[in-house]
Amino acid sequence: MLPQDTLANVLYVDLSKRKHWVERREDLFEKYLGGAGAAVRLLEENCPKDSDPLSPENPIILATGPLAGLFPLASKTVAMFKSPHTGNLGESHAGGRSSVALRMAGYGALVILGGNDRPGYLAVHGDKVHFRDARALWGMGSSFTTGRVIRENEPGPGLRSIMRIGRAGEKLISYAAVTTESYRHFGRLGLGAVFGAKRLKAVVVSGQRGLPVADLKEYRALYEGIHKAAVESPAMKKYHDLGTPENVRPLNKLKGLPVRNLAAASDQRAEDISGERMAEGYLGRRLACTHCPVGCIHIAALREPYEREAFFYKTSMISYDYEPTYSMGAMLGVFDPAGLLKLLDAVEKVGLDSMSAGVVLAWATEAFGKKMISENETLGVKLSWGDVASYGQAIGHIVSRSNEFYTLLGRGVVAASEKYGGKEFALAFGGNEMPGYHTGPGAHLGYLFGARHSHLDNAGYSADQKNLGKEPVPPEKLASSLVAEEEWRQVLSSLVLCFFSRGLYPAETVSSALKCCGFELGADQLKSLGRGILRDKYAFKIREGFDPKIDSLPERIFQTPAPGGVIDRRYFAAAAAAYRRELGLAP
Amino acid sequence: MRLNVVDTDRCVGCQICMFACSRLHGRPGLGANRIAVRSAGGMERGFVAVVCRACADPPCAAVCPNDALKLREGGGVILEPEKCTGCGHCRDACPMGAVFWDEEAQKPMICVHCGYCAKHCPHEVLSMEGD
Repeated sequence: MLPQDTLANVLYVDLSKRKHWVERREDLFEKYLGGAGAAVRLLEENCPKDSDPLSPENPIILATGPLAGLFPLASKTVAMFKSPHTGNLGESHAGGRSSVALRMAGYGALVILGGNDRPGYLAVHGDKVHFRDARALWGMGSSFTTGRVIRENEPGPGLRSIMRIGRAGEKLISYAAVTTESYRHFGRLGLGAVFGAKRLKAVVVSGQRGLPVADLKEYRALYEGIHKAAVESPAMKKYHDLGTPENVRPLNKLKGLPVRNLAAASDQRAEDISGERMAEGYLGRRLACTHCPVGCIHIAALREPYEREAFFYKTSMISYDYEPTYSMGAMLGVFDPAGLLKLLDAVEKVGLDSMSAGVVLAWATEAFGKKMISENETLGVKLSWGDVASYGQAIGHIVSRSNEFYTLLGRGVVAASEKYGGKEFALAFGGNEMPGYHTGPGAHLGYLFGARHSHLDNAGYSADQKNLGKEPVPPEKLASSLVAEEEWRQVLSSLVLCFFSRGLYPAETVSSALKCCGFELGADQLKSLGRGILRDKYAFKIREGFDPKIDSLPERIFQTPAPGGVIDRRYFAAAAAAYRRELGLAP
Repeated sequence: MRLNVVDTDRCVGCQICMFACSRLHGRPGLGANRIAVRSAGGMERGFVAVVCRACADPPCAAVCPNDALKLREGGGVILEPEKCTGCGHCRDACPMGAVFWDEEAQKPMICVHCGYCAKHCPHEVLSMEGD
């Protein structure tokens, strides 16, 4: 890396001691680049073994990378922490302005230690660090209001990220999210609850600076090529036009869209919540993360009348993406677009991970239908598929922890099914609720092993679709191809490149971009780096008790046919065994 | 020719214009941008683009005590840095907030209406107009 680059500066903040300091960590960034690679080392250094995720011992790591601020689509921040939802590695990525703001503030990573003794928020403006009082913000009903108040109290408009929690985080719901720039999320694995346990309402980061490059002329030439490819690429157009909900229609057609707690994998009415229909009826605005020409973020404008008074309307701007459309829509049998938007708005305001929330409500609906739970548990809420009003009430009860049942729902489907039964349809993997792809064995292998429990951990969902209608791939080959892809994605996430841009950044382009930042790494070296980072992640996971078992999987995934037919358990077991071997896990 | 903000409703807030400007001026990142994009009060309300309007009678030049801002043909001003003492009056005089400030040099940074940002805008928010 270049000697004058501020990337190697790690800002440590100890909330308990109200102290902050900077350490120059060239060792870390020279070797691991940044993002996921640097963050997993910082987590390992700062998170004691077997620590309680909701104690001050659990650190929060936020990391950016060398390409942020220099190249398009290097816009993700990698968060690492110990997950209160799974008790293991917590990794979550978000965009918005967060990554570039951290880089522009003059840091490669932010490490938050300890905890506040009363609600506070942290404001980092370049080299200035402020511990702000957040008592007045605690308990606020809407995360939009929290954003507005902080916005009006802090400098740096246009150059800042406001990462905040809602009531779900404050109430330690184990799948609470951290929201940034109103609509982007560190969604999965409960970073919001870690914030809440630290009584940390928000982290604001801003800054502005020039960044060094090895050769300005070469940098500019390379930039032009990548920029041109980005704006002209069909994949980029696809995400700009309809956004990620573009996937609803093809997945439904393919019969890979989980519907009603995966009782089915398609439904005619899913067309009503497809990207096409949502755009026609509701699309109000498109947004981009900093330095991304695509603008995949789609915001619906929902106009609703007030019931009791004529000619009063409110218009809410609500973000919709593929995954929330799956979890709060198809999974709950909610195919009314306005109803779906109301639910998305409800989880946005309280700051829940919409994916886990949807799967939790889907489990509860099925358990209620099967009389495993009654209105005694649900406090009179009659959960049924498509009933938006009931789901709205249930979300309120979960966040308020209204009784034991809702408190367990606030810990996820595994906790709830341990008490009430229905484990066979509790759709979680390693304690985390499933993403929205029932495409075949590849997707589910990814959920079982992947570090983030995201469909993007590896290419499982994509491998399934490519293999359709062909001779089955030997299970060992499926596993090795997924691991290889997961390894490469470690390089991309260490560079904080959005995975949607992976086609724009093949190994040679990554090498050239890194050369501009003073790194000399060939394609082979990058691949071996990815392998190393993936092993580092699993070392942490194994340290914390990671041992994925096929017996732990919900029976439902082997019952409802995927596009290539019912998933064969023996095939899956063989692929899982091969995956274990690839990662060096004990059989 | 002058830079024109055609339609901020098309703006997705990517700030690629800001990076382009800074890159052109030799400071990659956001070290020297003469254009800024920020939300209009939260991302839910869209964006505003702050950039020099190329005034025919520019207030920034009018308040400069050292005549460091020369009128530019087609509107706006050109900075003559050797005359500038870094007093900052020009920055305060611009109601658009379009006189940016170079903290290192302690001098204003002013749009030269070259069109490099417009060339990179992916969504036709910016364009060049005039002859």
